[in-house]
This record gives sequence, structure tokens and C-alpha cells, in this order.
Amino acid sequence: MNTAVPLKDHWKEQRLFLSRLIAAAVIMFVLTGVLVYRLVQLQIVEYQLFTELSQGNRLRIEPLPPTRGLVYDRNGNVLAENLPAWELVLTPEQVADLDTTLAELVRNELVDAEERETLAALVRSHRRFENVMLSNLSDEEAARFAVRRHQYPGVDIREGLIRHYPYGEGAAHAIGYVASISSADLEVIERREYAATSHIGKTGIERGFEAELHGGVGYRQQVVNAQGRVLLDPASRTESAPSASAISNLETLWPVPGKHVTLSLDMDLQLVAEAAMAGSRGAVVAIDPRNGDLLALVSAPAFDPNRFSTGLSQQDFRALNGDPNNPLFNRALAGTYPPGSVVKPFLGLAALHHLGIEPGAREMCPGFFVLPGNTHRYRDWRPQGHGLVDLHDSIVQSCDVFYYRLAVALGIDTIEQFLKAFGFGAPTGIAIGGERSGVVPSREWKRTQFSRREDQVWFPGETVITGIGQGFTTVTPIQLAHATAVLASRGMIYQPRLVLAVEDGVTGDVTEFPPVNLGYVDIEDAQWQTIHEAMLGVSEEPQGSGFTAMRGTPYRVAGKTGTAQVFSIAQEEEYEEENVDERLRDHGLFIAFAPAEDPVIALAVVVENGGGGASAAAPVARKVLDAFFKGEEYVTREH
Amino acid sequence: MSLGSIELGRHPATVLRPMNARSIVVDFPLLATILVICAYGLIVLYSALEENSALLLRQGIRLGVALGAFFVVSQIPPRLLRLWTPWVFCAGVGLLLMVMVSGDVGGGAQRWLDLGVIRFQPSEIMKLAVPMMVAWFMHERTLPPKFSQLFVLMLIVFLPAVLIARQPDLGTALLVVAAGGITILLAGVSLRVIAFAGVLAVGSAPLLWHFMRDYQRARVMTFLNPESDPLGAGYNIIQSKIALGSGGLFGKGWLNGTQAHLEFLPERSTDFVFAVMGEEFGLLGLLLLLALYLGLIGRGLFIAGDAQETFTRLLAGSLSLTFFFYVFVNAGMVCGLLPIVGVPLPFVSAGGTSMVTLMAGFGMLVAIKGNKKLLAP
Repeated sequence: MNTAVPLKDHWKEQRLFLSRLIAAAVIMFVLTGVLVYRLVQLQIVEYQLFTELSQGNRLRIEPLPPTRGLVYDRNGNVLAENLPAWELVLTPEQVADLDTTLAELVRNELVDAEERETLAALVRSHRRFENVMLSNLSDEEAARFAVRRHQYPGVDIREGLIRHYPYGEGAAHAIGYVASISSADLEVIERREYAATSHIGKTGIERGFEAELHGGVGYRQQVVNAQGRVLLDPASRTESAPSASAISNLETLWPVPGKHVTLSLDMDLQLVAEAAMAGSRGAVVAIDPRNGDLLALVSAPAFDPNRFSTGLSQQDFRALNGDPNNPLFNRALAGTYPPGSVVKPFLGLAALHHLGIEPGAREMCPGFFVLPGNTHRYRDWRPQGHGLVDLHDSIVQSCDVFYYRLAVALGIDTIEQFLKAFGFGAPTGIAIGGERSGVVPSREWKRTQFSRREDQVWFPGETVITGIGQGFTTVTPIQLAHATAVLASRGMIYQPRLVLAVEDGVTGDVTEFPPVNLGYVDIEDAQWQTIHEAMLGVSEEPQGSGFTAMRGTPYRVAGKTGTAQVFSIAQEEEYEEENVDERLRDHGLFIAFAPAEDPVIALAVVVENGGGGASAAAPVARKVLDAFFKGEEYVTREH
Repeated sequence: MSLGSIELGRHPATVLRPMNARSIVVDFPLLATILVICAYGLIVLYSALEENSALLLRQGIRLGVALGAFFVVSQIPPRLLRLWTPWVFCAGVGLLLMVMVSGDVGGGAQRWLDLGVIRFQPSEIMKLAVPMMVAWFMHERTLPPKFSQLFVLMLIVFLPAVLIARQPDLGTALLVVAAGGITILLAGVSLRVIAFAGVLAVGSAPLLWHFMRDYQRARVMTFLNPESDPLGAGYNIIQSKIALGSGGLFGKGWLNGTQAHLEFLPERSTDFVFAVMGEEFGLLGLLLLLALYLGLIGRGLFIAGDAQETFTRLLAGSLSLTFFFYVFVNAGMVCGLLPIVGVPLPFVSAGGTSMVTLMAGFGMLVAIKGNKKLLAP
């Protein structure tokens, strides 16, 4: 080959190449010798040391859970804290037979039998080399486990913290609860951050402020034996292991504690409101109209969030979830109710503003209303009628006919626009979420809500009943309280505020959440005054619907009762409470603010199936207001 | 590349023989050794992959693809390989430049080139193209290379190496330099030049340090003192030494390696699979693997010594010795002799790309052996 290069000496080149090849082969054998020497050194000479390191003792990196932040009320009362507790934990790779181990634990009543399958699945899906928490143990159970510890390789107890709510059911819906991390949670959280955390906020503040409350994960190195028991822990260098010296530099990276959250709630007021609602279903929401602070947020009946932190058995959870009174449901934010007559002050204001009606103009109430060209009678709650009434009387006595007429005169479009300005029909934007919007009906709403074409048309009769807060209109208790606060402050709109501040317990840095002003409702002062006086009449005039409940208050209350029909009565039938099933009884509503001349509290009370607003809801409001103004000196009413 | 076309004209007699059944080229000792190593590797991988058959099957498929490459390449006459060499080399450099401009970032480094249907690492091509190019260059010239020719050879080796190192993929760059360097050494560079290069390499270490990424520096530091960071960079090497050491002479038995199965050992199916083998099959298991490797390399060196022209000789010698380099770097890294560089254990580590390259290299060896007689004068 390569005849073109005459100087090429094939033999010489081949000899050179072969010599290089042989040299390379020699080097190769030398290097292989070095490698084998090294392997002999590791695997024969130092075999004992490495066997000990591998078999007897192991270095494990254990994630450390951060301490969850505390929750306070506005006066510094602790609403959620952490208490020491025993946790039963399992190290998956050190358990030979998971099913047998779990079965044994169930037999000794250390693990709930119903939880067994769930736990097995959890252990199997768990990240390797991280412990899985099986259950919380009482002191007695922890002692019972301790004497049997040798029977369960890979299972151990450790000291942990458990979420505790000192007030039990108090403000349960606002605070929410924490419970075991579910597979749904795993999809949204940063798994690394939750490596050591077993519980996560599920509702309320616990969920809404999970990021702040949780904190940051830490890590520590431990020397553990073959069964996963800790032999040497840098945090407490008390125990010793034979070859602990073989592993130097045990390190700990401490977790970052969660931040503390201060709520706007006044726990004293909250507890009074809850006591007043005891035995009823419904909600109480109290707001400071000057800044939007939520002073009380009650949904009744409530539940004990502590049961979730200790691990609710599936049976108990089903019972709680299937309770017909639905204690887990947050009625204050997500309960939607027809507002009934409490909508009247708002529509009265709309009439003053949009129609320019004279406050003193009287109209006849014959006890029913008929649309022109129609025979259907829209009845007043008082069959004989209210006689001649003006706007003031119509609110004080809650005359229905007056508002049938007003609604028709305003038209549904104006009503919709006006009610929405007060925040109806949309979530108020409270920090914890979970709110429903309720419904402010309109032509557009009806078009999109119904599938059949004939249902999509807005009928005049629907405008009529919207005038007394029936028909399609629904509101949530928090919307009602919010709108009442706007009414009380003569138009200033503040977003309801549940969280006042978040504090970093380590640095002491406080992030405050200032009141959020969302604008104002622009209406003449005299017109606000007319409505305020009419609402005062409700509680101060003998024929007022709230007179009985508000009699003798040392502060002046502006209020309005409401009674919302749960089911409709046929045209010529009478509603008789005792004949109606409890669940079909009317809802009682009451809105109020006080002191009327310079309001510092606005509230809404809804009592489900409680009967009338005057008898069921107004007394609850009275108790709340009395508690709120207790100890304060207020000028008694002038007349 | 006018040289290529001139050469084509110069040897009209060396026929481009059409392939037929008679000319199918095989080398049974080589193929058998490869298959035994692969089978052994799959057994160890089954353990390292947590007894996951699906993952093992994927590795089996990769192996099949690589064997396909082996058979295809082994049928290409070395003459054709030589004629294609400059084009392959230039295409490889071009692709490397393309990766720099528009490559995908995988694992923090820019290595992959997306050609719509397939993604591949052009740096893999260079593992073969660089020794081929060196051999091609010396094929026309007298051995040993003259001093002036050394500069061209340096350019052939270091241009792609620098491009790869900048991706950054220090491991592959190192392998490319090794492959090219070995070829130059086999070409007969004088000992004085080798000594000079050695001095130069030591002298340039601070410069190299300057261009390294942080994680690369950390690896070197860890190599020098693994206990300095037992949680981070030093963790791998400590755990792999424990795995090897606790394996002893006979090992803990298949599927019984606690270091591997309790997840102490990182990267156990890829770069550190040697440690799994050492833990479960002990020193004897490792010696068996090393013996198989040496057998394979010995067969390669025999083929090189038997080859009759400069190109095939240099290429065969280089491919065989580079293979040893792979084995040594990986095993040396796992037992703490060398710093951690991402070099897989040939034919054992899970992963497809480098296996295809390796198999193609052995395909060339088979082709060189099989076509020898056809090209004999």
C-alpha cells in the first residue's frame, strides 16, 4: 500500500508501532495491578472496617420538621399552638414485612385498623430513607410500645409536636385545621420542604396561610443501626455507638420555624356569638365598618379541629362528614341564603338615589300587590296590610307591598347594579378563600343559567319578588355583614380583613396587612341618614320588627330583620310554623350596626330554619352587641 | 477535503466490493467476550435497578440497538472508513459548534442536539472521529510524526476537546483527549516530546482550574480530601468505598448489597455500578470482570498488531487502549483512586449513548480484522 510515498519504510514503521503497542500493554498491566491492589486493600485488608460501617452502623440524613407558626386573635390570645406528643414512625427500608408489622401494630391497638390499608399505601409510595409517621400516641400507648419495641424492627417512637387549638370548637371555621398530607396535597406542595412534615393546613387560616405558617425544613445527620434506631444524634450527643468515631462531622441544619399569624377576630366576641348560636345552624359575621376587620366569624354548628391533628379515624371522619347538620361546612363564607327583608334598606336607598322619591311620601298598602294586566296577588306578610306607609315605616314595619312597587319602578337592571355596588353577587375577597358568590339576578344571569329558551326570559314577576329579597337572590352571611358595614359607614367600602399581621418569630419582622379601601358608594348624606333613621326605628319604635330584641340597649342599634322562605306556599294557603317540617321552616336573618350615630360594629346573623328574623336572629345579635359594648359607657338613648 | 478525492482516484484497484453472504465479517472471540460482559452487566444492573424489570428491559433494548450498530459498522471496509474520516470529523466539529449555538440544556450542561426525530450528543461522535482523524493524517505520512506535524495533530485533538469541555462535559473531553493522545503515542512520538507534554500538562493545571465550573472544582477537591464534605460532594466516594470494602472477597450475594439496596450508594445503576458489583460479588466478581475486559482488549491489541497499514493499525490500537482507559477511569473513580468524572463502566452502566459508540468502535475492530486479507498486497 501507499506506494505514492516512496520513503515509507514499512518494516521500520511496523516495528515502531509494535514496540509502542507492547509498551502500552505493559503500562496497561501495571495500571490494572494498581487497581487490583487498591481493590484488595479495600475488600480484603480493610474489609472489617467497611463491614462495620456498612452493617453495624449507618449514616442517615434525617429531615427535621419546622415548628408551625402560631395563630393569635387581635388581643393576643393563642388560637393555634403546638404541643409535644409521641409519634409512631416507621423506617420503610428496615421493615422486612410491612403487612405483618402493620397487622401486629393494629393488634396492639397502636394503629387504627381502618388506617391500615392507607398507611401501607403511604409507606410504599414514600420517598426512601425518610420515616413515615404512622400515628400519634398517648403517653400510655407510648409506654405500651416502648416495652414491645424489640418486636418491631424499623418502628420507633419519636417526640413530635402536635397542633393544638386551645379554644376547641371556638372559631374553628376561621382557623381551620391541619390533617395528614394527602396525595392531592402532594401534587401541589414542594415535596422537599415537606420531607419531615406530616400535617398540612386543610381549611381556614391554616390553609390560606400555609406557606407562612409552615416554615422551612431542616436536616440532621444521624448514625443509625441496622434497624434504623438512632445511635448517635448530633443534637444530643449523649448516646454513643462503638464506631461513631468512624464518621466525623455530624451536622445539623436547623429548620426555620413558621411565621405567626395575627387575626382580626376578637375571641371574646366570637365565643359569645358562638354561645348565642348554640343548638342552631347558621352564621354570625361581625365587621368593624371603619376598616373592614372581621371581629367574629361564626358558622354553627362547629367541629373540634383538634380531632384532625391527632388523626381522625376514617369512621369518625365519615360521621363528621355525613352529619346532617354539616359541621364542616363554613356557612359564614359558603352558605347562600335568600336575604329576605334585610334587602329592603338597600332597595330603599336605591329608590331615594335613583327614583328621587320623597322620604315622607305615603302609599297605600292593602296587603297585596298586583302587576298591571295580571291577576296574581303578591301578598304582604301581614294579610290585612299596613295601611298608609312612607319609606321610614316601610323599613320599620317591613312592608312588602311598598317594595313590590319599588322594585317594579327601579327595574331589575338598576337593582342588580345597585346591589352589586354593595358587594353582593361576588366574593368579598377574604384572605382564606372558600367563599361562594351568591346570586344577584339579572337578565344576563338568567340567560346563562337556564338551558331552555323559555326559561331564559326575565319575567316582570321576578322583579317583584326580588324587591323583598326572595326569588333568585342569594347572599352569604359575610356578604351581608360586609354590605351592612358599607351601609353603616355611609358608603366606604373596605375589604373584609381577617389577618392583621404576619410575624417572623425569629427575626421579629412584622408584615402588616393594612385595611384595603375598595372605593365608596356615592350617595347623598341625607339619603344615608333617612335609611339609618329608619333602621334605628326598627329597634327603637314599638311597631319595629326588632323592638323586642333590642329593648333597653345602652347603645343605639340600627337594624333590619329578614325572614327568608325556604319553600313557597300556594296562593291561598297559610304558613303555619308548627305544620312545617323543621328543615322547611323559614330562615331568620338580622343585620345591624351600632352605635347608630358613629358605627364601630356591623353584623349579620343568619339562623337556618329558625323561623322569623325577629324571633330567631335578632336575639343573637343582641347578645353579640351587648358583649361588644359591655363595660363601655354609652349615652343612653335620648327619648 | 481535496485529499480524499485525490486518494479515491489513486487506488482504483482496491475494489469497493459489493457485500454478499461470503463477505460477512465476524470475529467470534471478540463477539463472545462482549456478550459475556453484557450478560454479566445485566445481572448486576437488575440488582442495581431495584429489580425493576421494565428498566432492565429498556437497557436490554439499548443493548440491542448498540449490537445493531456493532454489526453494521463491522461490515464497512476499513478503506471506506478511512475515506470518510475527514468528512466525519468535520461534520462532528460542525455539530459541536451547532450545539454551542442551539443545543438543548440537559442536566445543566449543553450537550444535546435535537434533530427533530432524535436527540444525540455530537461529543460522542468525536470519541471515534478524533482517533480516526489522527490515524488518517498519519496514514499518508512517515512514522514517527515530525515535530511540525505534531501541531496539526494537537489541533485535531484539542479543537473538539475544547468545544466539548466548554459544554461543559469534562468527562467526555477527557476521553476524547485520551483517545487522540493514545493514537499519537502509538504513532511513535519520541519520548522527549512525551516528557515535554507531561511537564506542560502539570504546568497548565492552574490554567485548567481557572476554566473549571464550580462543581468540577468541588469534585477535584473532594478527590483530594473526600472527608471534607461527607454530606455533599464527598458522600458518593465514601459510600462507594464502603460498598466495595464491605463486599469482601466473595461479596454479600446477588440482590443482597445493603449499600445499594438501602440507597446509600448514589448513581448505582450508572457511574457507580462497579461498586454494586463489588458489594454483591466481592473481589472475585470484580476480578472476573477485569479479566473479561483484559481479554477483550487483548484481542483488540492482537488485531492492531496484525493490521497491515498505518490507518488500521493506529485505529485498532487506539480503540483497544481507549477502552482500557474507560475501564480504568471508572473503576479508579469508584474505588477512590481518581476524582469523580462522569465516565460509565463500559457495557455495564445503564445508558445508551456511550454504549452505541463503544459498540461501533468494536465494530471497526472486527472490520479491520476481517478485511485484512482483502487488502493484502
